[in-house]
Amino acid sequence: MTARIGVVTFPGSLDDRDTQRAIRLAGAEPVALWHKDKDLKQVDAVVLPGGFSYGDYLRAGAISRFSPVMETVIEQAKAGLPVLGICNGFQVLTEAHLLPGGMLGNDHLHFICKDQKLRVENAGTLWTSDYEQGQEISIPLKNMDGRYVADQYTLDKLEAEGRVAFRYLVRGEAADGYGNPNGSLNDIAGITNEAGNVVGLMPHPEHAVEPLIGSGRTDGLPFFTSILKKLVNA
Amino acid sequence: MARVVVDVMLKPEILDPQGQAVQRALPRLGFEGISDVRQGKRFELEVDGPVDEAALARIHDLAESFLANTVIEDFTVKVEEVAEAAK
Repeated sequence: MTARIGVVTFPGSLDDRDTQRAIRLAGAEPVALWHKDKDLKQVDAVVLPGGFSYGDYLRAGAISRFSPVMETVIEQAKAGLPVLGICNGFQVLTEAHLLPGGMLGNDHLHFICKDQKLRVENAGTLWTSDYEQGQEISIPLKNMDGRYVADQYTLDKLEAEGRVAFRYLVRGEAADGYGNPNGSLNDIAGITNEAGNVVGLMPHPEHAVEPLIGSGRTDGLPFFTSILKKLVNA
Repeated sequence: MARVVVDVMLKPEILDPQGQAVQRALPRLGFEGISDVRQGKRFELEVDGPVDEAALARIHDLAESFLANTVIEDFTVKVEEVAEAAK
């Protein structure tokens, strides 16, 4: 028996199939979930994928957050269900207040699409345990609304509690020289909730799981192997 | 029938690059003396029936939970008398 990991498709999701593929490559069973269906089909974990659900109307993630499937996701995430939000999925998680802060348009007002270097700041979450603490990885970043913002109190709390899970690598030799890609405060690329079962990030690990494509790296695969090991050994 | 207007603005401490881009274009258009521009959203809700206290309270809840994300935005709710359109 392997773990069953659900992937929600909202109207406008783009990366649901890639995410299913990444889950399969990691050795788990992907389960398609539909935004209008409250039933999570007894999955062991849920991924909210990237894309432009509802065209980013109102605010990115703001309308999807009220979809029927999210009612169940919110309820079960609070009870410990592992949930990963990638890009638009991260935006949905902040809109649903499962993660603190909010997402706004990139500070330079342009769409961004490139390989992005990150540092793993918290390898203790359910979704990051196959990384080394402090490991530097490169995975694609592609978004319009990638600027993470939060008030100073929230930022201080996230930093103090080690809840910044990923940070854009903006300085030092390993950085790509372009600096902070979107104006995110504290260079935050991803965060976790207090319990470590809910993680959200803007870059796309599901696009970096096969050596043949993209930047030729599999730096995103540990997201999916991390959760699989946790679920299988649970 | 009445119209209720909900205005949503980014909180003052949050950077508004769109507003800045507008502000930077102003001198080119010959508009001097405008030091800052911030851009927001305006929602016009056409309400069936009277806009009484209960209706306003419901709209306030709607604005707080959906039209604005109060983590990053502030909002105001105001009632606007709709001029009777000629029919």
